[in-house]
Amino acid sequence: MPSEAAGAPILSVQGITKRFGGVQALTQVSFELAAGEVLALAGDNGAGKSTLIKCISGVHQPDEGEIRYKGQPVSFAGPRQARDLGIETIYQDLALADNLDVGANVFLGREPARRYLGLLPAIDRRQMRAAANEVLKQLEIEIAPAKLTKPVRTLSGGQRQAVAIGRAIYWQAEILIMDEPTAALGVPEQRKVRELIMRLKAKRVAIIFISHNLQDIFAVSDRILVLRRGRAAGERRIDVTDHDEIVKLMVGADL
Amino acid sequence: MAMTEASPAVVLPEEQHPLLRFLAGAWSWLFLIALLIFFESWARAVYGVSFLLNGLNVQSILVYAALPLLLGLGQTYVIISGGIDLSVGFVMGLAAVIMARVMQQLTDLPPGLALGCGLMAAFLVALIPGLINGWLIAQLRVPAFIGTLGMFGVARGAGFLAANGTTVPVNNPWLFEMGNGKLLGVPLPVVITLVALLALHYVLAQTRFGQYTYAIGGNRMAAARAGVNLRRHTMMIYLISAGCAGVAGMVYTARFSAGAAQAGEPLLLDSIAAVVIGGASLFGGSGTIMGTVIGALIIAVIQYGLVFINVEPFWQFVAVGVVIIVSVLVDQSQSRLRGELPDAE
Repeated sequence: MPSEAAGAPILSVQGITKRFGGVQALTQVSFELAAGEVLALAGDNGAGKSTLIKCISGVHQPDEGEIRYKGQPVSFAGPRQARDLGIETIYQDLALADNLDVGANVFLGREPARRYLGLLPAIDRRQMRAAANEVLKQLEIEIAPAKLTKPVRTLSGGQRQAVAIGRAIYWQAEILIMDEPTAALGVPEQRKVRELIMRLKAKRVAIIFISHNLQDIFAVSDRILVLRRGRAAGERRIDVTDHDEIVKLMVGADL
Repeated sequence: MAMTEASPAVVLPEEQHPLLRFLAGAWSWLFLIALLIFFESWARAVYGVSFLLNGLNVQSILVYAALPLLLGLGQTYVIISGGIDLSVGFVMGLAAVIMARVMQQLTDLPPGLALGCGLMAAFLVALIPGLINGWLIAQLRVPAFIGTLGMFGVARGAGFLAANGTTVPVNNPWLFEMGNGKLLGVPLPVVITLVALLALHYVLAQTRFGQYTYAIGGNRMAAARAGVNLRRHTMMIYLISAGCAGVAGMVYTARFSAGAAQAGEPLLLDSIAAVVIGGASLFGGSGTIMGTVIGALIIAVIQYGLVFINVEPFWQFVAVGVVIIVSVLVDQSQSRLRGELPDAE
């Protein structure tokens, strides 16, 4: 793809507007994202962060505006379509089935098939386990081998987050949207997730991540897009801004 | 959710004590074995005979277990998916009555053909409540408990109406053979149950359908986001449950050469009990067909064994009730070991 050339954005969002009945959730929001770039979405509750990522991930269809993915205008009928193209979302509640093991979660909905006795359709658990192991190793996620075959509820919060991310990566996500990836984690776990984001970045995955935690935002992102009341209140490169400026943009105080 | 663990790896108490883990995983097997040892010793001490080495006892227990187990097989799917099907007992009765009624009308046909028509009618009529259950729960988002409780009443009424309030006798040699004959020494009702349980075990343990049943019970939203068609799948699960009830109705009619609307009434709770004793959680997400088989056997051994040692039959209810409660307590203490439940206040 020629769009992989340096500087060409993998995702370009122009003038997105979304209304729910009489409520104007998003007004003319635009931004661009390059492969290997981390964009943080900041803003108060109700600023439109969630609506914006849902427009990108295919959950909502924007009323106005254009989304271009790898240079092509796209419009997603549903999240499945976006995911099939490589735009994966990791939700706050992780979207893991707690009662299934790591392999089953990585492959949920896309289980590899084999023939039992050359006849009956069955899912190939061995392949699922091996592939899950592979992707975890690739991302340097440490999970004790004994835990791999246990329900993921026996894993720590950070490991579960890692499994969700591992699943996205296994399925070739090129844009990863993360909604509050560190909100439910303890401090050491937060650090692990931040490290994981840096590794994904090194793998040229583009990341959009929502966070309330300015520490996190400044630790991993390249740029910050601040939303306020459904509008882009400002976009800053991380190296030319600071906490104070971002907070001011969020609350709308005069600079 | 307890997400406060500071260390990256959670060490489970059951991992520190292999014996504890073994007991937690195998307690229902051990309990079944303990029951058999108990009845065996009693029989030898009091009657001077063997309980287990008597083919008649074993056969009776298996036949006894067949009907609640058939209902329990479908119930296993429903409970793993996080639902419950309260209608199975009366759906079974309705199927039994319709089968008997149809066969009553077809006495002019050769007995094999009449039986075939009866089986077909029983199966199809059982699927109707299953379809409605599935539609209510999957499409209209009615809670499973309420939707199937309504169907409990509807199927009950329909069964008694179709039977004119009495039992419906059928005289058909093939039917009698199906309920009382043997294949290689194994009673046919047991053979039928065995085939159903192997098929349903395979589907649950090996196929995508089974995997999605667990996923829905574990996290509905995760399953939906992963592309599982919740509506279609939920519909299928209630159809499986109703289909099992239909087969149970057929076996009942065959065993007694008569259909009765109340045939499955006492079996509903046994079917749920078998699933729960077998290790399923009523919150969904866990359970196995083999667990349900053990659960159904435990119930049958208690019921048959207590009669065998001459205990007043009403004690059966007490014993099975106690086992249900104990099995849930065991399940909870396992969850507590895993740190999934808060400690009791």
